[in-house]
Amino acid sequence: MPNPKRRHSRARRDKRRAHDALSRPSLSNCPNCHEAKLPHRVCPHCGQYKGREVIEVGEV
Amino acid sequence: MRHNVGLRKLGRTSSHRMALLRNLTTSLFRHERLRTTLPKAKEMRPFAERLITIARRDDLHARRQVLRHITDKEVVKKLFGTLAPRFASRPGGYTRTLKLGPRNGDGADMAIVELVGSEPVFKKQKDEKQTRRERKAAARAKAEAEAAAAEDAAGGGAPEQDDAEPDEPKGEPKPGRKKKDD
Repeated sequence: MPNPKRRHSRARRDKRRAHDALSRPSLSNCPNCHEAKLPHRVCPHCGQYKGREVIEVGEV
Repeated sequence: MRHNVGLRKLGRTSSHRMALLRNLTTSLFRHERLRTTLPKAKEMRPFAERLITIARRDDLHARRQVLRHITDKEVVKKLFGTLAPRFASRPGGYTRTLKLGPRNGDGADMAIVELVGSEPVFKKQKDEKQTRRERKAAARAKAEAEAAAAEDAAGGGAPEQDDAEPDEPKGEPKPGRKKKDD
C-alpha cells in the first residue's frame, strides 16, 4: 500500500483548511416579536408568519 | 428527452414512496394541515393538488379516480363534499407550505402543509385542544384534592406518608403527561 513519505507541515495543513470556514446563517428580524429568525421561516419565538398566521403555541 | 426533470426519491422504493404520498395526502384532507419535512411537503403538493382538481369535476369517474389513491371513504366524501367546492373558483394552488426551519435531533428542514382557506378549521382545532387541556387540568386538580382528602381521612401517623406518596405519581401525572405529548 502507498504511504505518505513525509509529514505535512503546519503551513500545508493550514493552507488546506483556508477554505473550510463556516458561514454565518443569514438572519432576519421577526416583524412581530423582533427576535432574530431564519428568513422565510415561521418565527420560532412567537409562532407567527406573515402577520396573521399564528402557528404552534411556542410554549409547551 | 427528460433531462433534468427530477423528483425526490425520499430514500424509498417506488411503492413505498407512493404509499407515503397517499398517506400524507389522506392526512392532509382529513386534518387540513400537517407537519412534515420540507422535501416530503414539496413532493406531496402536486400529488394532493391534482387530486383536488380531479375532485372539482364531481362525477362518478372523478370519484373513482380519487379512490385509487385515497382509500378512506370518509375522507373522499369530505374531499368531494366540502373541500372541492371551496376551491371551485381557485385556479390551482390549493395548498400552502410554511417553512419551520431545522428539526431538533436530525436537523431536517420541517414545514407545515395546509389547505388554503382552512383557517377557521385551525382555530376550531386549537380551541378544542385548549378546552381538552383545561378539562384535563381540572380533572387532575380534582383527583389531587381527593387524594389529599383521603390522606387526611386516613388520619395522622407514619404509614400515611408511605401509602400516599407512591399512589400519587402512579395515578395522576402519568396519564396527563402522556396525553399532553399527543
